[in-house]
Amino acid sequence: MLAYLARRLVQAALILLGVAFVTFALLYILPADPVRQIAGRAATAQTVANIRHQLGLDQPFLVQFWRYLTHLLQGDMGRSYMQKTEVATLIAARMPATLLLMLGAIGCELALGLTMGVIAALKRGTGVDQGLMIVSFVGVSAPQFVVGLLLLYVFAVQLGWFPIGGYGSFRHLVLPSITLGILGAGWYSRMMRSSMIDVLRQDFIRTARAKGLARRRIILRHALPNAILPIIAMIGIDIGVFMGGIVVVESVYGWPGIGQLAFQAIQRVDIPIIMGVTLVSACAIVLGNLLADLIAPFIDPRIKLR
Amino acid sequence: MKHWLASTALALALALPAVPAAAADYTPDPNAKPGGAITVTYKDDVATLDPAIGYDWQNWSMIKALFDRLMDYVPGTTELRPGLAESYDVSPDGTVFTFHLHHGVKFTNGRELTAEDVKYSLDRVTNPKTQSPGAGFFSSIKGYEEVAAGKADSLAGVTVVDPYTVKIELSHPDATILHVMALNFSSVVPKEAVDKWGTDFGHHPVGSGAFMMTDWTIGQHVILEKNPDYWRKGVPYLDKITFEIGQEPIVALLRLQKGEIDIPGDGIPPAKFTEVMKNPDEAKDVVKGQQLATTYVTMNVEMKPFDNVKVRQAVNMAINKDRIIQIINGRAVPANQPLPPEMPGYAKDYKGYAYDPAKAKDLLKEAGLADGFSTELYVMNTDPNPRIAQAIQQDLAQVGIKVAIKSLEQANVIAAGGTPKTAPMIWSGGMAWIADFPDPSDFYGPILGCAGAVQGGWNWSWYCNKELDAEAKAADAMTAPDQQQARNAKWAEIFTKIMADAPWVPIFNEERFTMKSPRMGGADALYVDPVSIPINYDYVYVKE
Repeated sequence: MLAYLARRLVQAALILLGVAFVTFALLYILPADPVRQIAGRAATAQTVANIRHQLGLDQPFLVQFWRYLTHLLQGDMGRSYMQKTEVATLIAARMPATLLLMLGAIGCELALGLTMGVIAALKRGTGVDQGLMIVSFVGVSAPQFVVGLLLLYVFAVQLGWFPIGGYGSFRHLVLPSITLGILGAGWYSRMMRSSMIDVLRQDFIRTARAKGLARRRIILRHALPNAILPIIAMIGIDIGVFMGGIVVVESVYGWPGIGQLAFQAIQRVDIPIIMGVTLVSACAIVLGNLLADLIAPFIDPRIKLR
Repeated sequence: MKHWLASTALALALALPAVPAAAADYTPDPNAKPGGAITVTYKDDVATLDPAIGYDWQNWSMIKALFDRLMDYVPGTTELRPGLAESYDVSPDGTVFTFHLHHGVKFTNGRELTAEDVKYSLDRVTNPKTQSPGAGFFSSIKGYEEVAAGKADSLAGVTVVDPYTVKIELSHPDATILHVMALNFSSVVPKEAVDKWGTDFGHHPVGSGAFMMTDWTIGQHVILEKNPDYWRKGVPYLDKITFEIGQEPIVALLRLQKGEIDIPGDGIPPAKFTEVMKNPDEAKDVVKGQQLATTYVTMNVEMKPFDNVKVRQAVNMAINKDRIIQIINGRAVPANQPLPPEMPGYAKDYKGYAYDPAKAKDLLKEAGLADGFSTELYVMNTDPNPRIAQAIQQDLAQVGIKVAIKSLEQANVIAAGGTPKTAPMIWSGGMAWIADFPDPSDFYGPILGCAGAVQGGWNWSWYCNKELDAEAKAADAMTAPDQQQARNAKWAEIFTKIMADAPWVPIFNEERFTMKSPRMGGADALYVDPVSIPINYDYVYVKE
């Protein structure tokens, strides 16, 4: 187990190094010049050269990357070009909002996905089943900014049930969570449906039925806990999916998380922030996957960690 | 023209008694009443509130409200008025400006603001370590070169005469220095606060302005509250301004319609513009104003066939500006010269080149290009610029000029423009020249003078007329208050001469539209203030 963990952690470090290198290289070859952005158009050639030198952007690519890496290993993510603030501070200030949104999205995808999946499994082959599967299909395929704006327009502007974007209360959390969670809900409903159908075919369910247990009790006490386990193991992987979604969802709803920070930094070519958010997201994805793998044997003893 | 320093013109020149502060000022709105709070929304986080660094639409007016400068503008106009300096003197040769400070002005940390702080702030903004995008504005101050090169820590030309007097010596006469002293970059900051916060001063600003920042929650809001000890009596009216961050413009508009916010800081989203303007209930809350900006097409005079003035004039006549303005929902007025209409020095009587394709063809024939020619038009690749380039392409095809459109990332267009003999034509949309301060010289040197016609410069037509350069220098040497009318007339003449050479096709001057909630009060001019965008926070008020 420990050897497995050590190996996975080394792998994780290599993945993060790769992510850092690729992101850094992409930002390096980008045609936009961050120094011009900082210097403004009134700047003389001397000012531009001076800022470029102070930021070390006149160095060769590998030198720049090495310096970024050594600072990073000392826990220094650098300072924002535009805001001059420590990137770590900016990310830390926005992290709680993103975590809250993820929690909301997990809650939403489980509630929606599992309910839909169970109902579809029980009504297998009927119109209800087909209808729910179409909904899940739409949920998986609809672009998040479309879903976001649609929900915002219907439930916040027209019906006035929720605030129009913003942050601070449970009511603010509902629409962004649904928007972010609807994709996972779509997946989960399909997985839950097939998992439930599998379980309902098992012998112990037939036994339970033969004992004369109530249908309600069979489903809730015997079938559901068994069907739900493989799905719980997937939550870790969801974190990666969310990391892609938060950039869009946070921008649509004005949610002050790291996705919004990344979006704004990209517009301003603020390289230290883009690097920081990318690495934090990559960390979250790697750890999420690791967590999913570690949980798996507890849920299904047939899985062995090697 | 009539605005520029009309105030200081009142003071007699040369003998130069100190210019009285009351010479030109704002007449307070009799209906204004103190109190109330407003909410302004923005999409992007505030980058910084450090006046030496902040240089975007969003933080410009916030910084204006938080800090003071030696000079200021009469609210809603481009007219200079004294700020922290209650008066100033100019030496007869126009190279020494002595500013006399108000007594008893306090930073919001309670300490009195003195001449030392003015000097410290100017030294700080020009110091290369500060990385101020505005450092170049101070290049006419003596000792700037040494500070910029890192050889000195302090501007030799700025001296503290006594705690309430600061003297600024220039290396050559420069009439624009008063405007420079009104720029945000000249804001006076307390050394102790800068030392305490270091590079985070931008998140913990301390100034002497009408408002002070009381809270900044990253990504959520910035709150400014009234400075109760503000030295200008009676203002500001508002107790509190909340800037809510992270609101898409379209969401901000919806919230304004529901009465939840007062000013959508990013303006009316283009997709909704026509809808809003067609609805009388909403259109009444939209204030329209000019922007000190011109958008244009440059023609590289070093490249054939644009080295021929007839060809450049023909292009001027061949482009239908009204049709281009339709592409941007009519949010602009056609331009006929480099200066925007609100700028002092704008030649009101100059008519420019009328749209006349037939005459354009004749001119091309005279230039020996009866069959037209092929060329390239560089354009920034974000909407609506490529669509505008297509309109120009169609117009020029009518007179036989075949234009290939090169639609590129902004940085690449700027780089091509600043490289010799690379871009024959450039559409400046998305990179248009917007005035930093309301003075005509800002529209000459960098974009039409020889100084800008260098590698990496902004003079994309590479037009360099030595005679005009000399005339421009002479105009800027006219620093005495009573010379300002003549100076503006001189500038009008310079720009008219440029148009005779036609290195540009001036296309339009964009207009600004600020939408506000019905409860907002104050003159319309405050909502399209030429120097405080979107609004002048110090003077607006709420009605209820």
